[in-house]
Amino acid sequence: MMTSTDAVRVGTPSAPRAMDTPVALDVNDLRTHFKMPGGTVRAVDGVSYRLHRGRTLGIVGESGCGKSVTAQSILGIVPRPGKVVSGSMMLTRGDGSTVELAGLDPKGKVIRSVRGNEIAYIFQEPMSALSPIHTIGHQITEVIRLHTGANRDQARERAETVMRQVGLPRPDEVLGRYPHQLSGGMRQRAVIGIALACNPSILIADEPTTALDVTTEAVILDLVRSLQETTGMAIQFITHNLGVIAEIADEVVVMYMGRQVERASVTDLFLRPQHPYTQALLRSMPRLGKRAQARLEAIEGMVPDPFSVPAGCAFHTRCRHYVPVRCDEPEYLEVAPGHWVRCSRAGEVA
Amino acid sequence: MTTNTSVQTGTVPAGAVDGDLLVVRDLVKHFPIRKGFWSKIVGHVRAVDGVSFNVRQGETLGLVGESGCGKTTTSRLVMRAYQPTGGTIHFRDRTQGWLDIPTASPAQVRGVRRNLQMIFQDPYSSLNPRMTLLDIIGEPLMVNGVAKGSELQDRVAELLRLVGLHPEYMARYPHAFSGGQRQRVGIARAIALEPQLVVCDEPVSALDVSIQAQTLNLLEDLQARLGLTYIFVAHDLSVVQHVSTRVAVMYVGRIVECAPTEDLFFSPKHPYTEALLSAVPTPDPTRRGSRIFLAGEVPDASNPPPGCHFHPRCRYAADICRTTVPPLTEIAPGHTVACHMSDQLSLTGVHS
Repeated sequence: MMTSTDAVRVGTPSAPRAMDTPVALDVNDLRTHFKMPGGTVRAVDGVSYRLHRGRTLGIVGESGCGKSVTAQSILGIVPRPGKVVSGSMMLTRGDGSTVELAGLDPKGKVIRSVRGNEIAYIFQEPMSALSPIHTIGHQITEVIRLHTGANRDQARERAETVMRQVGLPRPDEVLGRYPHQLSGGMRQRAVIGIALACNPSILIADEPTTALDVTTEAVILDLVRSLQETTGMAIQFITHNLGVIAEIADEVVVMYMGRQVERASVTDLFLRPQHPYTQALLRSMPRLGKRAQARLEAIEGMVPDPFSVPAGCAFHTRCRHYVPVRCDEPEYLEVAPGHWVRCSRAGEVA
Repeated sequence: MTTNTSVQTGTVPAGAVDGDLLVVRDLVKHFPIRKGFWSKIVGHVRAVDGVSFNVRQGETLGLVGESGCGKTTTSRLVMRAYQPTGGTIHFRDRTQGWLDIPTASPAQVRGVRRNLQMIFQDPYSSLNPRMTLLDIIGEPLMVNGVAKGSELQDRVAELLRLVGLHPEYMARYPHAFSGGQRQRVGIARAIALEPQLVVCDEPVSALDVSIQAQTLNLLEDLQARLGLTYIFVAHDLSVVQHVSTRVAVMYVGRIVECAPTEDLFFSPKHPYTEALLSAVPTPDPTRRGSRIFLAGEVPDASNPPPGCHFHPRCRYAADICRTTVPPLTEIAPGHTVACHMSDQLSLTGVHS
């Protein structure tokens, strides 16, 4: 376990793993729409994936692609006027029973026993996830007491254990501090600590390292990975950073305009991308260590307006492989074992 | 030392060579920490603590480091947004010749401002929502008496075309545009007066991946077309590697290493540069792993550790590092490093 007092160390590589463990959450054809005065925004429009125990699923996409709304749908915290209109989200609880999360009352007893207890959520900006007027200790013991019914001393003890687990030395000192007294990295550790306080079986991390420096990011990613090894939780890791995905995920879902365009093991996705959008994203990023300082291969145009999603394949307006008629209704097909692509020309384009 | 013949006025600063546009020497900026009712000064944040570098005409100097290392403060000092506590910033102005920005007279500064422009990080907060694109991009032209009336409109239209936006958008307000388009507006405003030096402070970090590449290409095209010189402040090392001719790495107010981009990325000489490079996640799952994890946090700039600021987190630290500040020394042509151990270490750069 990494702690801040450890000497500087060099990490060991961790290979991607197969998704062969029991399913913790089965999301099937999820649709979350926002009915607005200007029309309906199909923020999430038919997304399916599975979270497996002890494995990490990465969800990538640009802003507005629906990756965060997917996560919010699971916990029933979609902001108004958003609504889960169809699909199912089957959660397997720690005791083996299953719960259907779609259609639950967002203020009801069932979903409240799931949030924090079974599924924990880490937000991008630790400063806005924490209350500025309560100490870290207050915020973490509150969670523990609420979910487990522990008394003050038990909660305090658990809080200290968790803080040590996330690599914060001298927990009693950190627990007495307010968020503004901690650095960005320590704050994010504290947030992870709060999320893990009740031993969730699923952790949803929404851009947890985006606001951090690369050196801190590396340490936090390593922390998340080692915590997964000890607790066996399933992780849904949402980010726009393909580098981070390559580092942490076992399986990856690529989203564009609310739809899944590709899903594959991390190795297949980076070495054999099939969808033109995935290929273009990978080509457009500047890479460390590429000697030739040639022009970047930018993706033309921009993400379409969510009120007027292009008909047929949503990516066709920016796709260089677009063929009229043929690309009208691409189906989501399995092109290789475990490798799904929504493109009529999958296999022909590279 | 050779003098630049194209400029007649001003004295050439020490350490300047032919082709230099900006010469910064021993730049220091301390911000006071005030406490109590009388706002007594109880300490200083040493945001920039003795920084020296040159920027050559037509190049891109990348400035990298973690948050709080002083890279933004340095770039703002160059813009004269702050008055430095000490040091000089000599700029070779197109019309006035060499002059020291912090001590220049108000009239001289007005002249320099035309040739020094800035592109900001956040395209949402850096454009006035109540001004049309014509007002935003036309303002510098009007204020400096370059153009007005229909001439101004023509010039703005030309600038919009130059950054890849339709001239018909001129009458619209910023809210009608996406982040990437707004950043183009910010770029058009910065290049309106054909400046010599543009300071880009994290110009793509707020943009989506697919928009980043477009914006970086645009900046490169404009540099080639207009002969611009950039100071590129960023934390994303792969972006910095792509755009920069030379890169300076900062840590707690000081430059720890400065070298041509390839030298710095493929054979770093400072342990901090090595750790920084190793931390960058690579988009290749077969290359996962063996990275250097730095212990602890970036030190507080109001109370930095003695000697080399990096020594508490450095795995090669020796006794001398704890007591003596390592000077920035040239170890290869154009490659300077501030490390006592640099000649004994063989550090790992990025894989090619």
